[in-house]
Amino acid sequence: MNKQNNEPLAHIVKRAALPWYRAWGIRLLAIVAALLVCALVTTVTTGENPVSVYAAMIKGAFGTARKSWITFQNVAILLCISLAVTPAFRMRFWNIGAEGQTLAGCLATAAVMICLSDKMSNAMLIVTMTVAAVAAGALWGFIPAFFKARWNTNETLFTLMMNYVATQLVAYFVIVWEVPKGAGQIGIINQSTELGWLPQLGGNKYLLSIVVVAIVTAAVYIYLNYSKHGYEIAVVGESERTASYVGIKVDRVIMRTMILSGAICGLAGLLLVGGINHTVTTTIAGGRGFTAVLVSWLAKFNPVIMIFTSLLLVFLERGADEISTAFGLNHSFSDILTGIILFFIIGCEFFINYKISFRKAARKED
Amino acid sequence: MFDIVSFIPRAVMQGIPLLFGSTGETLTEKSGNLNLGIPGVMYVGGICGVIGAFIYEQSAGSAAAMNGFLAIMIPLLCSLTGSLLMGLLYCFLTVTLRANQNVTGLAMTTFGVGFGNFFGGSLIKLTGSEVPSIALSATSAYYSRSLPVAGKLGWFGKVFLSYGFLAYAAIIIALITAYILKRTRVGLHLRAVGESPNTADAAGIDVARYKYIATCVGSMIAGLGGLYYVMDYACGVWSNDAFGDRGWLAIALVIFTVWKPDLGVISSILFGGLYILYLFLPTGTNLAVKELYKMIPYVVTIIVLVISSMRDKRENQPPASLGLAYFREER
Amino acid sequence: MRNITKTFGPVVANDRVWLDIYRGEILALLGENGSGKTTLMNMLSGIYFPDEGEISVDGKPVVIRSPKDAFELGIGMIHQHFKLVDVLTAAENIVLGLNEPGRLNLEKVAERVRGICNAYGFEVDPNQKIYDMSVSQKQTVEIIKVLYRGADILILDEPTAVLTPQETDKLFAVLRNMRDDGKAVVIITHKMHEVEELSDRVAILRHGQFIGDMPTRSTNAQEMTNMMVGHAVTLNIDRPEPVDPKPRIEVKNLTVRSIDGVVKLDDVSFTANSGEILGIAGISGCGQKELLEAIAGLQPVEKGSISYIEDDGSRDELIGKDPLAIADMGVALSFVPEDRLGMGLVGNMDLADNMMLRSFRRGRGLFTDRKSPRKLAQEVVEDLEVSTPGISTPVRRLSGGNVQKVLVGREIASAPTVLLTAYAVRGLDINSSYTIYDLINRQKEKGVAVIYVGEDLDVLLELADRILVLCGGKVSGIVEGRGATKREVGMMMTKLGGDKTDE
Repeated sequence: MNKQNNEPLAHIVKRAALPWYRAWGIRLLAIVAALLVCALVTTVTTGENPVSVYAAMIKGAFGTARKSWITFQNVAILLCISLAVTPAFRMRFWNIGAEGQTLAGCLATAAVMICLSDKMSNAMLIVTMTVAAVAAGALWGFIPAFFKARWNTNETLFTLMMNYVATQLVAYFVIVWEVPKGAGQIGIINQSTELGWLPQLGGNKYLLSIVVVAIVTAAVYIYLNYSKHGYEIAVVGESERTASYVGIKVDRVIMRTMILSGAICGLAGLLLVGGINHTVTTTIAGGRGFTAVLVSWLAKFNPVIMIFTSLLLVFLERGADEISTAFGLNHSFSDILTGIILFFIIGCEFFINYKISFRKAARKED
Repeated sequence: MFDIVSFIPRAVMQGIPLLFGSTGETLTEKSGNLNLGIPGVMYVGGICGVIGAFIYEQSAGSAAAMNGFLAIMIPLLCSLTGSLLMGLLYCFLTVTLRANQNVTGLAMTTFGVGFGNFFGGSLIKLTGSEVPSIALSATSAYYSRSLPVAGKLGWFGKVFLSYGFLAYAAIIIALITAYILKRTRVGLHLRAVGESPNTADAAGIDVARYKYIATCVGSMIAGLGGLYYVMDYACGVWSNDAFGDRGWLAIALVIFTVWKPDLGVISSILFGGLYILYLFLPTGTNLAVKELYKMIPYVVTIIVLVISSMRDKRENQPPASLGLAYFREER
Repeated sequence: MRNITKTFGPVVANDRVWLDIYRGEILALLGENGSGKTTLMNMLSGIYFPDEGEISVDGKPVVIRSPKDAFELGIGMIHQHFKLVDVLTAAENIVLGLNEPGRLNLEKVAERVRGICNAYGFEVDPNQKIYDMSVSQKQTVEIIKVLYRGADILILDEPTAVLTPQETDKLFAVLRNMRDDGKAVVIITHKMHEVEELSDRVAILRHGQFIGDMPTRSTNAQEMTNMMVGHAVTLNIDRPEPVDPKPRIEVKNLTVRSIDGVVKLDDVSFTANSGEILGIAGISGCGQKELLEAIAGLQPVEKGSISYIEDDGSRDELIGKDPLAIADMGVALSFVPEDRLGMGLVGNMDLADNMMLRSFRRGRGLFTDRKSPRKLAQEVVEDLEVSTPGISTPVRRLSGGNVQKVLVGREIASAPTVLLTAYAVRGLDINSSYTIYDLINRQKEKGVAVIYVGEDLDVLLELADRILVLCGGKVSGIVEGRGATKREVGMMMTKLGGDKTDE
């Protein structure tokens, strides 16, 4: 911009859409460049050969069957939360409260498991857990949406704050339900009876989440691209005026979509508590609510591409974990690598959406 | 009995990092940049100070051999440089490359927190030194030194004079920022950039430059919050994730103060007080209830956000272009 | 300005334009919409940079790269869309971007502003916030802003479009004061009477080319019009006789206020008949938009009634219903809004998806029906000769005329009984315009009640069966399209002005 002001030599113009293969080519190039920088950073800090570092990363994520399963399970949970935020993003509703919505789901699941497990059959209990988790997540999504629709309250800031309200609520109940008293944690819920634990599919304790999320992925994809609601979301996202011109009730769409967003987060919470951890802590969502924003955005809000972007981020995290252990580094190393890769991908979008034409070149085109 | 004399200093010490963070973020947001990377920036500010201090302490050998001026300046400069680089990165991505601000900010938080924890956890190994943990008590002593008269003035000294110099710096910076925003030409231009970059551009204001400078200076101020936390509040001891969610709380504070840094001085202490109120509950109160008290700052922020949007008073709204990239030829 | 050329992609906005501006003179820059007036002036004020050509001020060649450069040369432009920051005060807006030495002293600024106000006869409170101001006050702030910077070349882009007649008179008086003060004033307009009333000299642009200039005294409206449009205006638009007109929409005592409480429509009553085109004329911003949106169910109404009358004479009230409710009542109402890409269509969606805007609810169950919109898109492309790479192209990438064809095509595809159009041919070339007139006439012949809001009187006079003239939100009269003269309608457009008291 500076350049334009002084001497319009280089000129930035918005490009007409690039063909998809070139756009993805640029993104791929950015990832490669990012990996090179990461390799450099790794070598400088660890003194190891980058190739062996990447080999270690792959080993960390997929080295054994168990590691692969855990990787895929993590992908599933991250993907689930990313799918949850996507409808809202398509509507240009910047929901960064997925963390809180997931926590609300976790809390509701745990509450049902703790308080009702001796009052009903196991099947009934699981149904109740599901309903409670989904409802809690939906409620957490609905509150900011209501204020957005009614008074245009800034949703980014509202949902952000709701995260911490949820965290503190969990913290409160963790102490209420702590086992044993004074431990400051709940521990495994119903460890002996396994009441309320989600069933295992085919004897594999990782499979259930993966299957559930696969179904959710397909459902969200169809919902967004083929349903009336999905179409309404797209129209509202593009232009609220157009939406009301064709009789779409914008307020209602905002609230409905955020309830859906929250509900899917709640489902992720159910999987986390009922299927995987069997306990609840304030950090159980592990920042996935924020990472999900990145996953969804990197995939351009396309549920199918999100499978890959969530895989990429989970791979980085697990791989870098492995490096940290192998080379005796701190676990947060993965965050640094993730950050670097994200910066590259974020930056490369510019080259997809804009082109820089120099004045001379521009004249020749004319 | 509620001990107000010991409560206030603790509330202030909790509030100061928030004040730094919110002043920095207010300045940033006034330029139209919603920097959700502030938590990351504060981590980086903190850890860079730690690195600087650590290296200096190691090279000086003993606390006695340290020069007071250098002991303060080296970490300070390191911290400022670190957060400046973060600010530049954010600007480069969002202003020059026009990337989505929310996404960039979140990525920066991931990166910054990771950076802080990584170096916090690995510094000893990386530098090959032989200390058990990072405890920069010598440097911290310089940072938390208060006026010698503070101890002699009873409750007055305790409430008003018992803090390290960065605490006063935070208040002064907040007031100066408020003054600049409200009363000066630069502040006027900055507000215009945040409200309506188009208009500002047409008036001959260099939008990109204002965004860069506001965001970078904002980052540096916020980074000082991290430095204060480690060096003064935490007595020079870095422990991973100890800084916690203060970065987000700082963003909450920005909303709470309706983008006015001078209100931030009182509000940050209020927030700090709410943050530690649970420590002052009568003994015997259920521990769980304490957690609910920690929720208060966020709930109050939400209420402020909702009320200000309901009243729709124009002065109390977020800057109109907050979160949007500016591209002149977009028509 | 010499040999100024500016292109936007394939569009040549200005083609080797020559223009001289003198001090102590008011120059009217006349031309139709899209003739390149604004673009030319934007280059003078530093918003755009010319591709070719040179600009001299006081005989010295200059390079104007930014609005700042322009200010330094004493050139100031008042844009059609005000460039003001709403939450700041008038005084703050006025000093925005200035780097005067010394501290910012708003008291002093206010003092100087008052001085300027007194000198030229403005009325404005320097400490008032912009969002509390009326449109004409905002414009005043814009003018003061330019004067405060010591500008002596003032450019005003269609300044009267948003003003009431009294406000216009006041503005003109101020502009004359400035001229007498030795300043150069350029006013961009396409209103002939303003040129005659105000200007000393007139320069005319057509399709980006400079046609000529002359002293206003030595020319007349006819000659200027001819130069503006290139030939004597006879449009030869078809006007079939109305088919069996019956009342279709009856509007009674309709009053609408904007959100800020300004009365936009004041006690409007009229009837639109089936098989007839009812033209709506008026200076822009006289309530046309509100009228159409009220009928379409998009505008909250203060009082009055809008009845839809079916063929059998039964009546349905439309007020208080949203577009969906209106459609559910079985009223087939189509609306071609003024803001095509901001309201009528979604720019980033392709043609087929845009067709779906009206029909997506018709799909089975939860899902949208994708096939029929594709078919419809194909039909529209073929029938209306939309030039597009395909129906999967985002509408945003089409040219203005094609966008409009898509929009009109979709709106008439639903076999409406009422068709509302706002500025249906704005920005379109001649051929596209005629296509649109044809389409509208076909609808009329099918018995549709057409309400056509237009800005070009010539078109209205040849196309509409009856013309309703709006002025300041009031109906100043309804005339027969056949036989009415441009003069007559033009008078009515400003008629109420004289006896209306200031708001």
